[in-house]
Amino acid sequence: MSEPNHARRFATLWIVSTIIALPIVLLWVGPLLGPPEGSVQAGDQATTMTVMALIATPVLLLVVLFLIYATIFFRQAPGAVLEGPAVRGDARIQTTWIIVTSLMVLSIAIYGSVELVGGNGVGSGSGPTPLTSPSGHKVRVQVIGQQWAWTYRWPEYGGVETPHLVLPVNENIELNVTSLDVIHSLWIYQLGVKADANPDVNNIAYVKPTHEQTFEVRCAELCGIWHGAMFDHGKVVSDAAFQKWIAAMQVKFAPATKALPPFSLTYLPEPTRRGG
Amino acid sequence: MTTTTEAASTPGPTRRPLWRRLLGFNLLTAVILAVVGYYLGWLLGHHIGGPSYKYESEANENDVALMLAYTGAVVGFLVGLGFANYPVSRLFGRPASLREKEEEGIGRYFGLCTDHKVVGIQYLVGIGVFFFIGGLNAMLIRLELLHDTPTVVGPNQYLTIVGIHGSMMMGMMTSGILGPFANYFVPIMIGARRMAFPRIEALTFWLLMAAGFVLMSTIFFGGFPTGWTGYEPLNDQAVMGMDSYIMFFALVGISMTLLGLNMIATIITMRAPGLTWSRLPIFVWSVFATSALMVLAAPTLISTLLMAALDRSINTSFYVAGGGGSSYLFQNLFWFFGHPEVYILALPGFGIILELLPVFTRKPLWGYRLAISGMLGVSLMSFFVWQHHLFVSGINADLRPFYMLSTEIISIPTGFIFLCFMGTMWKARTTFSVPMLFCMGWAFNFLIGGASGVVLSDAPTDTTLHGSFFVMAHFHYTIMGGLVFSFFAAIYYWVPKMLGLTFNEMLGKAHFWLMFIAFNSTFMPLFALGMAGMPRRVSSYAPELKGLNVWVSISAFVLGFSMLIFLYNVVYSLIFVRKRAEANPWRSKSMEWQVPTPVPIENFPPGPIPSFDFDPYDYGVPPSPGGGAQPAPAGA
Repeated sequence: MSEPNHARRFATLWIVSTIIALPIVLLWVGPLLGPPEGSVQAGDQATTMTVMALIATPVLLLVVLFLIYATIFFRQAPGAVLEGPAVRGDARIQTTWIIVTSLMVLSIAIYGSVELVGGNGVGSGSGPTPLTSPSGHKVRVQVIGQQWAWTYRWPEYGGVETPHLVLPVNENIELNVTSLDVIHSLWIYQLGVKADANPDVNNIAYVKPTHEQTFEVRCAELCGIWHGAMFDHGKVVSDAAFQKWIAAMQVKFAPATKALPPFSLTYLPEPTRRGG
Repeated sequence: MTTTTEAASTPGPTRRPLWRRLLGFNLLTAVILAVVGYYLGWLLGHHIGGPSYKYESEANENDVALMLAYTGAVVGFLVGLGFANYPVSRLFGRPASLREKEEEGIGRYFGLCTDHKVVGIQYLVGIGVFFFIGGLNAMLIRLELLHDTPTVVGPNQYLTIVGIHGSMMMGMMTSGILGPFANYFVPIMIGARRMAFPRIEALTFWLLMAAGFVLMSTIFFGGFPTGWTGYEPLNDQAVMGMDSYIMFFALVGISMTLLGLNMIATIITMRAPGLTWSRLPIFVWSVFATSALMVLAAPTLISTLLMAALDRSINTSFYVAGGGGSSYLFQNLFWFFGHPEVYILALPGFGIILELLPVFTRKPLWGYRLAISGMLGVSLMSFFVWQHHLFVSGINADLRPFYMLSTEIISIPTGFIFLCFMGTMWKARTTFSVPMLFCMGWAFNFLIGGASGVVLSDAPTDTTLHGSFFVMAHFHYTIMGGLVFSFFAAIYYWVPKMLGLTFNEMLGKAHFWLMFIAFNSTFMPLFALGMAGMPRRVSSYAPELKGLNVWVSISAFVLGFSMLIFLYNVVYSLIFVRKRAEANPWRSKSMEWQVPTPVPIENFPPGPIPSFDFDPYDYGVPPSPGGGAQPAPAGA
C-alpha cells in the first residue's frame, strides 16, 4: 500500500480551513471580543483583540488540524508493532518555523507598542508621569480606592468629593487613581479602563467616552473580604448635564468638602494597627 | 564517598519489639517533637512579643509567637525524623551512615529514607494527597459561584478557600513532576546509583510535607484574604492566618531551592561514562532547565516573604507606604519569583511529553536540539518578563513595550516544543495508549493556554483582561492543562515501573476523556466570562453572568468526578487486582525500562557503570531511498 502525499494533503486542508475561518473570525467572532465600545480606548482594545484573533487563527488551526490529522492517519494498526520513519529533524522546516514565528511575534509586539504609546496608554494605568497624554483640555478626576468603596474627587471643582462617577461625553478624562489602604484596581469595563490604586502612588489613565451610557466601576485587585462587592454604577452624560450635576454636588457636599484634607495627588492615611 | 561510614547502618539480625521500634527517629517521634517545638516557639514568642509589646492584648494576636511556633514545629519535625543525626554524629567525630533505611521493608516509606526511589514514591503519594485537597477547595469555590451572592460560605472563608487552592497548587505542585518522577528516574536515566545529595533529597520531601500542613493550619488562625499572590499591604493588614501563608511559601521556597541544587549537581556530576550532554534524555534536560529556574527564583521568594514576616511581626515597613515602604516592592519581587515559577510548573511537562512521544509514535524525537534550545530559551526568557503582571499597576509604565516584547519572545521557544511535537508525530505509527492520550490532551490545552497568553501579553488588550477570569482561564490552561495533564501522562506511563503493577486501561481511558472534556468545558467559558467583565476572586458577581457560571460549576464538578475515576483506578488496579506489569510494556528504549523491576537498591549491578553510548530515541527505520517508511518489525 503506497502512502498518500500527506504533506500536500495536510497543507491543502490547512490553507482551505484558514481561508474559510478568517472571514468567520473577522465578521462573527471579532465583534464578540473585547469590552463594549464605550470609549475610544475600549474601541482600540476591541480592535486589537480582533487582530490578535486573526493572527492566532492560522496557528491554532495548524496545530488542532494536525492533532486530528495525526490521530486519524498516523495510527498504529491494531495489534501491529510497526516502527515509524527514523527522521530526526529537518533544518529547512526548523529554520522556516523560527523565522515565521519570530516575525509574527515581532509584529505583534510592534503593533502593541505603537498602539500603547500612540493611544496614551489605551485606558491603562500609566503611572504618575505617563509618557504621552492627550492634547487639549482634560477633565481631571481623582479616583480614591478604599476598603471597599470608590470615591471621586474633582480638583477643578473646588475639590468636592462625590460617591458616584459621572463623566462628560467626548471629553478627555484624566483619572488619577490612588488608594487609602491596600491595593485596589479601578476597572471601568464599558470604558476599557483599568488602573491599579496603590497607596502613596498617583496612577494616571486617560479615557474618552464616545456616547452617553451607564457603566460599571469594579475593583479588579483582591482587596479583602468585600472585594467582590466593591462596585458601583456611573454615567456618561452630555457636557451640559455634567456641569449641572457637578454644580449640584458642590452645593450638596459643601460641608463635607470643608472637612476634607486639601486636594493632593496621594493621601497617606493614619497608620493602621500594625503601624505602631 | 561512603567507604568509611557505611558500617553503622546495618540493621540488627533480630526484629526488635514494637515499643522499641517506636522509640527512635521515625514519623511518630517527628510528630511529637513537632508539637513540642510548636509550643516552645509559642512560649518564646509570647515571652519576647508579649502584651506590652504590641496590640496582642486587644486582638489576641501575636505574629511573633506564631512564626516562632511554626519554626519550632518544623525543626522538631525534622529532628524527630532523624535529619540531625548525621550532622550531630559527625560533629562529635562519630561514624555515621550517609544513607538511611535503604534496606528495610514498607516502613522506609514512612520516614527519612535516602533511597531516591523511595523518595520518589513518597513524593508521588504526598503530592497526590495535597493535589486532591487543593482540588476539593476548587470544588468549594465552584459551589459558591453557583450563586451570584455569597451563600454557601462567608466572604472570609471564600477568600481563604481561594487562597488555599491557589497556594496549594502553585506551591506543592512546583515539585509535582520533579519530586516524584525526576527523583525516581533521573538517576537511572543518567546511570547514577543515587542523587548527589541523598539527605537533601529526603529533606526536600519532608519540608514540603511540613509546608502543606502549615498551610492547612491557616484555618485555625482566621485564614488569609490575599489569594496565593499575598499582595501587600493587604498581607500586612490580615489576621494571624497570613503567617501560615508566609511560612508555607518560605518552606516551599527552601524545598525548591534544595531540590533544584540537588538535581543540577546530580545531572552535572553523576552522569555515566559516555553519556554526553547531546545524548541526555530530553526529560533530564527539562529537569535541568527547571532546576536552574528553581535555584535562581526561589531564593527571591524566601527573602520577599522574610521581609513580609518582619513587617508583620516586628513592625518594619518594607511594604507599608505609611512607614516609608512601598506596596510596589512586594509585587515586583513576588513576580520576579512568580513568573519563573509558572515555567517551573510548565517546563517539566514539556520534558515528559517529549520523552513519551517517541515511545508511542515509534519514531526518534524530532528536533532534539531544537527542543533543548526551546527549554533553555524559555528558562532564560522567563526572568525578563515578570512586569507583564503589573501592566496596569503604574510601576515602570514606560517599560511596558520592553516587557511586551520579552513576553511575546518567550512564545518563540515555546513554539519549538510544538514543532518538535508535530515533527515527531508526522508519519508516525502512534499507539493511543492512556499516556499518549494525555500527551495529545496536553498539546491541545497548552496551545489554547499559549495563544491566550499572547493576547494577555499585549498591554492594550491586557488592560481589559488583567485581573479578570480570562487570566484565570489562561493559567489554568497552561498549568492544569499543561502540568496536570503531563503529570497524569507520567503517572500512567511510569507507575507500572515504579510499583510493578498495571493500571486498568479502560478506566484510564475513561479518566482521560472525561477529564479532557470536562476540563475544556470548565475553562473555555471562563475566557468569555473574563471578556464579559468578571473579576477574579469574587464571591459576588453580576447577575447576568450567572448562567455561564452555573455551566462552569457543573463542568467543574464533572472534572472533579473524573478525578474520582482515577482514584478508583488506583484503588482497583493497584490494591485489589494487582496485575503484574510487563518488564517493558511500552517497548521503550530508555534506560529506566532496561533495569529490573523492582529497581534494585543501587539501580545497577555492582561494579563500574557500563558506558552509556546508546541513543534513548533509537526508534524507527531509516527512510528508504524511495521516500516513506517501510514497515519493519520492532527493534529492527
